[in-house]
Amino acid sequence: MSLSEFWFILITILFVGFFVLEGFDFGVGIVSRFLGKDDQEKRVYINTVGPFWDANEVWLITAGGAMFAAFPHWYATMFSGLYIPLVFMLLALIIRGVSFEFRGKVKDQRWRHTWDWAMFAGSLLPPILWGVVLANFITGMPINQDKEMVGGFLQFLHPFALLGGAMFLFLTITHGLQFITIRTTGDLQERARKLGQRVTPVTIVLFLAFIIIAYFTSDVFTNHGQTFMVLPILAWVALLFANLYNAQKMDFNAFALTTVTIILLTGSIFIGMFPRVMISSISDAFSLTVYNASSGGYTLKLMTYFSIALLPFVLGYQAWSYYIFRKRVKQEDELEY
Amino acid sequence: MDPLLIARLQFASTTIFHYFFVPVSIGMALTIAIMQTMYVIKGDDRYKRLTQFFGTLFLINFAVGVVTGILQEFQFGMNWSTYSRFVGDVFGPSLAIEGLLAFFLESTFIGVWVFGWNRLSKRLHLASVWLVSIGTIMSAFWILSANSFMQNPVGFEFAGDRAQMNSFGAILTNPHLWAQFPHVLLTSFATGAFLIAGISAWKLIRRHDVDLFKRSFRIAITVGALSAFAILFTGHWQAQYLVKSQPMKMAAAEALWENSGDPAPFTVFADINTEEKKNNFEIQIPYLLSFLSFNQFNGSVEGINELQEQYVEKYGPGDYIPPVTTLFWVFRIMTGAGGVMLLLGFYGMYASRRGKLPKNNLYLKLMPFAMILPFIANTCGWILTEMGRQPFVVFGLMKTEDAVSPSVTANEMLFSLIAFTALYSVLAIVTIYLFARHIKKTDHFDTDLPTASDPFDRKGGAEIVS
Repeated sequence: MSLSEFWFILITILFVGFFVLEGFDFGVGIVSRFLGKDDQEKRVYINTVGPFWDANEVWLITAGGAMFAAFPHWYATMFSGLYIPLVFMLLALIIRGVSFEFRGKVKDQRWRHTWDWAMFAGSLLPPILWGVVLANFITGMPINQDKEMVGGFLQFLHPFALLGGAMFLFLTITHGLQFITIRTTGDLQERARKLGQRVTPVTIVLFLAFIIIAYFTSDVFTNHGQTFMVLPILAWVALLFANLYNAQKMDFNAFALTTVTIILLTGSIFIGMFPRVMISSISDAFSLTVYNASSGGYTLKLMTYFSIALLPFVLGYQAWSYYIFRKRVKQEDELEY
Repeated sequence: MDPLLIARLQFASTTIFHYFFVPVSIGMALTIAIMQTMYVIKGDDRYKRLTQFFGTLFLINFAVGVVTGILQEFQFGMNWSTYSRFVGDVFGPSLAIEGLLAFFLESTFIGVWVFGWNRLSKRLHLASVWLVSIGTIMSAFWILSANSFMQNPVGFEFAGDRAQMNSFGAILTNPHLWAQFPHVLLTSFATGAFLIAGISAWKLIRRHDVDLFKRSFRIAITVGALSAFAILFTGHWQAQYLVKSQPMKMAAAEALWENSGDPAPFTVFADINTEEKKNNFEIQIPYLLSFLSFNQFNGSVEGINELQEQYVEKYGPGDYIPPVTTLFWVFRIMTGAGGVMLLLGFYGMYASRRGKLPKNNLYLKLMPFAMILPFIANTCGWILTEMGRQPFVVFGLMKTEDAVSPSVTANEMLFSLIAFTALYSVLAIVTIYLFARHIKKTDHFDTDLPTASDPFDRKGGAEIVS
């Protein structure tokens, strides 16, 4: 395995980590203002991700930094090519981030209402946009011989991409609801389960449609052979079982399985792109690959040392923080913030 | 409109805005960590209350710093894709390492710190705030290692039309980095310290919990004064370095059109005529520029016109003169603000140690206004650093006009500029409102009720902090 291939794997892992962790943050941010009947209940829901969301978002920031360092062309083409979607993503992530902090600072109904909306909108938009981006990863984008994207941003919003946006949105809602079930108790927990029962079937249908269309219209799931189709199918099956476990109140199993779904979905898309990192819809020859988009050997080697030395610590203390705050959030708790 | 101009405007405005919050995070994290350390060592609850009072402000500030920071990292690829392709190999690793080493650390432990008051042992909880502080400092180091490459590119070779790293050691030992990092770090400490000192002074004037805020004032003014004093040296050191490495930047900051005489005088005031490339009028102090440039009272400094000819010879035809009037004045505003901070800092340290402070109302009334000084100085410093490098984006290697994304249209950039400016304006207003609100409150701590002494305490605290 060459170092550029190793870095492709590492960036895949960073994106998987981001989607899994920030996925439930988005889901919680979307549902909390509907599930919580009063201010206190909303706060409980928000606090299920309170200590974690910031560090979860760093997975994206680090993925961006790693792309910049290991695949400058990938970073440059993708970030400039998807300019408008990224502007909206950033606007959303900004208002969502501050709403965690600002919301509780003033005891006023209108104030809280405003920031609840900010958190809702800021959590809603990113998964839709990431779904659109993932769909465009699958279909390919118009990249020319100079590694530059051509055409306006409306071209990214084709029907399959919109399906991708809807699918990913519902997937994060399902995932977020399952996270709530393992972080709360009593009535609040039960409400999340019930909503899960209503939402997850939609997720299941959207997910199935998404992988079927991807199968027939692109080579992403079968790029390395038909057997790789097993990955998205398993992702879908995991989702089915998550729904069943949710019905039986086996919350940890359900959450573990929605996690598996996100890992397998993201993984199968990145594996299917490989060795391309961005597929050109103009010509195969113009696709960016791990070989023609990567940095020099020196940089890759250096970054490899750093990541191997640091990642275990990062994973260790992040896991430790989840362990510290493993106790479920209750209404009677002091809801510091 | 020209996409280049819009991209530059957006980078300048979003970066300046982001940099209002960064030094506060670095400086406040350190000062709060010191306060909490005193609480843990002395077991004195007053320091805990101070930690929590300023901790609330720190968290508001930190949140805005974090979210505006995401944009910073994405912006290179979005608006400056040609630049990103060119330098990614050398510039990217600093950002990636910053994420791995600093961002994960500070974001994880800020969560642990906020939610961990009653869940961790005192010492472990104290460790978490120190880790946040260390995270903010490491973050500064790595992003400056990236900026230093733009100022003084080292440790690379050309591979086709891209720069490729060939020595990480050279990146880490870039003299620009070691001239810049101490300066940025100390100015950040001073920024956080003056903020805390200004707020404490405001509280002292109004006699809110005098016993408490005279302590925070003393800690903050000590950090602020010592930092301001050390900044004299880091600034002097950096200027000497820049005279050697980017002579045009310094010549422009002095509005020195022709080679100076020996010894070189320092121009305090100038009526700059950029059309005719001369100053219509100037007030000078003899010897001073030689001292600032070479740390001795002799030596001639090269002028802009002479350097322009040298640069043409070296880099090809073109205009290599940065905006002289702007650079001249930001340099003077920066150093002037620093000087005032130094005086206020040392007087405050002296007065608070002699116990004269509560009586000296004039000084205390000045301090809330002095909070603005470090922000002005920081902004001017970055304008000097970044504008002084123009027309280059990477000094000597790539011009800014060649760095912009070819695939993004002017309209798209205009849209994002307007959207970010609008959102940032809202963030600024809300942040200032929340700061003012928190500072004005008098009921942070009701000392009569023991249960309320802890703002995070179940009964007393829920209302206060929620």
